[in-house]
Amino acid sequence: MPTKRSDSWRAWLSQARFFLEESYSARYRGAIARSRRDHDDLFMLLVFSEMMGVPNPAAYYTLELQPLLLERFHDWHRRMGMEHSPLDHFRCC
Amino acid sequence: MSAAILLLIGLVLMSLGYLIYSRFIAQRIYRLDPDFRTPAHEFEDGIDFVPTNRFVLWGHHFTSVAGAAPIVGPAIAVIWGWLPAFLWVVMGTIFFAGVHDMGAIWASVRNKAKSVGSLTGDVVGKRARSIFMIVIFLVLLMVNAVFAVVIAKLMMNFPTAVLPVWGAIVVALIVGQLIYRRIVSLPVVSVIGVVALYALIWAGPSVPIQMPAEVAGLSGNAVWILLLFLYAGIASVLPVWMLLQPRDYINGLQLFVGLLILYGAIALLNPVLVAPMINNDVPAGTPSLLPLLFVTIACGAISGFHGLVASGTTSKQLNKETDARFVGYFGAIGEGCLSLAAILVACAGFASLTDWKAMYSAFGQGGVTAFVEGGAYVIHNGLGLPQVTAATLLTVMAALFAGTTMDTGLRLQRYIFQEWGEIYNQPWMKKPLPATLLAIGTCLLLAFGAGGADGSGGMIIWPLFGTTNQLLAGLTLLVITVMLVHMRRPMWFTLLPLCFLLLMTVLALVLQLKTFFEQENYFLLGLDIVVLVAAILVALECAAALKRHRALAATEQPDAD
Repeated sequence: MPTKRSDSWRAWLSQARFFLEESYSARYRGAIARSRRDHDDLFMLLVFSEMMGVPNPAAYYTLELQPLLLERFHDWHRRMGMEHSPLDHFRCC
Repeated sequence: MSAAILLLIGLVLMSLGYLIYSRFIAQRIYRLDPDFRTPAHEFEDGIDFVPTNRFVLWGHHFTSVAGAAPIVGPAIAVIWGWLPAFLWVVMGTIFFAGVHDMGAIWASVRNKAKSVGSLTGDVVGKRARSIFMIVIFLVLLMVNAVFAVVIAKLMMNFPTAVLPVWGAIVVALIVGQLIYRRIVSLPVVSVIGVVALYALIWAGPSVPIQMPAEVAGLSGNAVWILLLFLYAGIASVLPVWMLLQPRDYINGLQLFVGLLILYGAIALLNPVLVAPMINNDVPAGTPSLLPLLFVTIACGAISGFHGLVASGTTSKQLNKETDARFVGYFGAIGEGCLSLAAILVACAGFASLTDWKAMYSAFGQGGVTAFVEGGAYVIHNGLGLPQVTAATLLTVMAALFAGTTMDTGLRLQRYIFQEWGEIYNQPWMKKPLPATLLAIGTCLLLAFGAGGADGSGGMIIWPLFGTTNQLLAGLTLLVITVMLVHMRRPMWFTLLPLCFLLLMTVLALVLQLKTFFEQENYFLLGLDIVVLVAAILVALECAAALKRHRALAATEQPDAD
């Protein structure tokens, strides 16, 4: 029977962990996600700055990241108040 | 009268309220539907809209709405005797607060989880929305000023609590880092945080820190108020994960531990209520029970602040519409239980009636100090904890509550200033720092303007805070009532509380107007007039909106739901 007992103990522990984690994060989930998004937006600006005419000394390195951020590009320019892509050779919509 | 019996009566009545009255309201009036697709599912985004387990949501809702106010208000109001405060808290929770809180969640859920502020604009009208913005600003202003005064007073009266209260901030900062950097898992951090907090409470009496009576020409009390605002200002601009989130979490854990200790001590000791049932010998200058009781106890009986939480965050996370009953109504009951404990210890925590009368020597006296001293007496005799440690524990409980409410309140006030900067095109006001400074400035003006240079008289604005809070509740009840009228459902269960609240609020404001005039306190007189004008506008808006919507409902087909 010890396996059964340890199983129920483990289930109880994971339940307790779930409740604690939800209690910690639920109230501030929105605020934290928004501030993370602000950071990411700044990062997007850094990565795409050269294309918009803003000199970026790290352009050589950020160029590599552009394909990786392609998926987020559309959301980003919409969020920044630009209906369509601001870059001529980088169209997404 | 035995405190344990009164506690039992209160708990039984509130349980009946939940089992019978809330079921009736949920099924017959709001008609909560388990199949309704809530905004948490409809707009699920993993950020704001997240279907959440109802027990977790209840915990959040309860800890967000339960602050120092349900302790301070009842502990002041027992000056009229324990019966009026007891009845208003119990009946208020059952017939007012529960219906209001559950209704606010329901109204928001049925309107894409909009906040009660924007609902006022949509459901009632644009004019009502403007009044709402003013009332909300006044509530926040008063809450911040009053709570700074409350904490400063606690720091002066209980120097043993200074170390744990400020130490709790350090504990929260460390907990925040441990979790953010994923150094230790949350269950372990929870234990570490709570143990550290209670270790500080235990160590507090050995290291009392007394602020000198005068520092650089300012009174000790005034210095504490300034320090508190400095802290709250910094806290409100820090990222939330750094301080607010861990602080709220530890506070939540501490709230449940504190409530258990208090209820356990009352049950074990079963003290006698030394305070009179109805006090016929109130100190000179105490205003009349009617209407002041109903604004002195706002949180704990009904509070507009709950509507903001209910419609601001809770409604976006509601998994099923039927959960509104448990989260909203039972959340109100949780707060009622906190107020009930405050009443009991403020009335039974003294050795004799003479001791009690010495504590309640004037209106506004007693309050949180009576809660701490009475509670310490009950815990000491009931659980055997040293009295000074028990007093430190309760002071920390009250101060941390007031502190977190201040952090949040100041942050919200900053948002309002930033929004005004947006509306009136003032670029400087849109920035966080100037907006925070403006918020702090207005709060300091109120704390010192109302209470004089040392800020110690700031508690005079407590009933004024209560009236503004009730006005906010009135506006939320108006939104719910208008929705019910639209749906052709019985409106009396929300309309009667609304009328009662407005009547008491206006009466209290008029009475206070006279008092402030006689005291030649023109600052508060001005503030009173502003709130009175808002109250009258709310009353007129209620009459006009109800008339308009009843006429509209009579010509329209009833809503499908």
